[in-house]
Amino acid sequence: MDNIAGRKPALGWAVNLSVIFIVLLWIFPTVGLLVSSFRTADQIASSGWWRAFFPTEQTQQYRATDPGDARVQDGDVFFVEGRIFPEGTDTTISSWGTSSRDVSANAPGDTADLGDGETFTLNADGTYRWAGDDEQISGRGQRIFVTALSPPEFTLRNYENMLFGGSSDNITKAFFNTLTVTIPATIIPILFAAFAAYALAWMDFPGRALLIAFIVALLVVPLQLALIPLLKLHLSIGIGKGYLGVWLAHTGFGLPLAVYLLRNYMAGLPRDIIENARVDGATDFQIFVRIILPLSFPALASFAIFQFLWTWNDLLVAIVFLVDSSGETTVMTRHIVELLGTRGGNWEILATAAFVSMAVPLLVFFFMQRYLVRGLLAGSVK
Amino acid sequence: MHPAIQAVITVGVAVIAAIGYFYLSNLLLDRVLFPARGKNAGRNINRANMIRPWLFLFPALFALGLYLAYPVVETIRLSVTDRVPGGYVWAGADNYIALTGDPKFWEALRNNFFWLLVVPGLSTLFGLIIAQLTDRLSWGNVAKSIIFMPMAISFVGASVIFKLVYDYRPAGEDQIGILNAVYLALGGAEPQTWLTIPGLNNFLLMIVLIWIQTGFAMVILSAALRGIPEETIEAAIVDGANPFQIFFKIKVPQIMPTIMVVWTTITILVLKIFDIVFAMTNGQWGTQVLANYMYDKLFRANDWGMGSASAMVIMLLVLPILVWNVRQARKEMR
Repeated sequence: MDNIAGRKPALGWAVNLSVIFIVLLWIFPTVGLLVSSFRTADQIASSGWWRAFFPTEQTQQYRATDPGDARVQDGDVFFVEGRIFPEGTDTTISSWGTSSRDVSANAPGDTADLGDGETFTLNADGTYRWAGDDEQISGRGQRIFVTALSPPEFTLRNYENMLFGGSSDNITKAFFNTLTVTIPATIIPILFAAFAAYALAWMDFPGRALLIAFIVALLVVPLQLALIPLLKLHLSIGIGKGYLGVWLAHTGFGLPLAVYLLRNYMAGLPRDIIENARVDGATDFQIFVRIILPLSFPALASFAIFQFLWTWNDLLVAIVFLVDSSGETTVMTRHIVELLGTRGGNWEILATAAFVSMAVPLLVFFFMQRYLVRGLLAGSVK
Repeated sequence: MHPAIQAVITVGVAVIAAIGYFYLSNLLLDRVLFPARGKNAGRNINRANMIRPWLFLFPALFALGLYLAYPVVETIRLSVTDRVPGGYVWAGADNYIALTGDPKFWEALRNNFFWLLVVPGLSTLFGLIIAQLTDRLSWGNVAKSIIFMPMAISFVGASVIFKLVYDYRPAGEDQIGILNAVYLALGGAEPQTWLTIPGLNNFLLMIVLIWIQTGFAMVILSAALRGIPEETIEAAIVDGANPFQIFFKIKVPQIMPTIMVVWTTITILVLKIFDIVFAMTNGQWGTQVLANYMYDKLFRANDWGMGSASAMVIMLLVLPILVWNVRQARKEMR
């Protein structure tokens, strides 16, 4: 197909270029947040994340050492000498100043006149000499503003704070709560659905077609309709807001897709195998457990991935059926929405929290993409 | 007890209970109720086989009925009643009338309509274009993987991602949101607070969903493109069709049913869109949508009548697709 008439090679590089462009466009927003999660709050606030890979000009405020500690007398002249950067820093100053009104008034090596004979000299490597009379060189150290080219720098501190820090932003608890919601909410619907799907695919009984239509109809019923009636039900039978309620709700909402996917897959299994087993005297229960279940593994895996992603990423069901005012049972999506409200400008917190919550689904996605795609195709291409 | 331990125990209990239920109920049916021996063996086997499907179906049907079918009925009931201390009183169409008198409701309906117009169409279109472009590319699978990736990201996560894209810093400061940075670089006068600009902000929220759903459309449409019989394309090439003619006149018509499936699937999702609006603007600045409006009524205003009525509006909008889906499914069964 590749080299037959009608396919111009000229189109080849145009296609390549446009796909590269689209891929970049698609991945750019995520990369932005990922890069931000490895930068300090100051870095995020002072420059766009796309500058993080290049050395940046940053202006920072420093102070000379307090004269009380380091003043040296040389005749009438008092001075303080030292270096504004800590030991081992390799930064080159591009400009500096002593007033916040003009932070780049002086070049490195200049001597600034602070009035009445008081002077300040700053070299490119950060060493300085601050000289004046007894009264001038006293009290607190001279304030200076330094603009320097600092090399790209990334930090893991944000993750450390969000995962192990003691503040209320800590997301570890929410992470485990999400996990607690997800695992039963993925496994229970599979159990129910597999049996029902077998009955709908391989057993003959009146009303089967009608039942399948009923399940197809339920596939699209908006779960918004279920919120109040079910919350009412949960409260009246004593489940209240809690894990059991959210597991049951996810089970109910996941079942139509589960039954539908599994039935389609099971109906496509070869008839011979099942009929041979029947002739050999196997009961339906045995056929189901020994033959159908092992053969349906790809479909089971597909649905499990769907349900896992959906319950992990869910917000609405969790806030209605689980999260109460105590906040003990908060899930990650809810936690992040709260952070968006209270920490709207603290991108180091938001970006890190978002990535902690995305890590697991992305891992599942990249390792099990094959099953995910297969499930999607089974569900919608006919 | 730690919730994680509770979860593990629940899974264990659920697995054992489910297997126990199916095993024991089948045993009961075959050994006790209708044993396949004695003088009525034949009749008993038939009877057992009539009941067995319902044993298999019961747990699933019970859960479906309780968690999806019953709520539909209950929501209809709640939408025509008012909650008063101690019970409910008949309200007739009052809640619906109150709904039509609320400008926020019309705003939500109008916005949902725009979402419906823009998101399914653009997602499907982009998905189709990307599927076609990557079809014969040597690194097409890598490209598809990357475009498909947002599917794994939660709506809330995507909202955070795009909030950074749309971030605003006052003029004079370095912009950290890429949209403002590009806008200024292209000659924009001053940085914009994008999410507060009525009209445009709706479109910016839609971009988030398009970003997520294009991958879905692409995966399905790319499989459909591969399923097109080669002969039809070869015949077109022999007849001198150019690549664009092949795409629009040969390929697209053949995968039209799949395009419709993708389009309706995304449409259903759009009708229920909640998380993105809830996390990014919470319906302010003219971005309200039906699902968020309903959430406001139910859990902030505590008005179950109006909340249920707006849920019914969503249901009503989904209904045509529901009917169409059921028809398609029944056609396939035959």
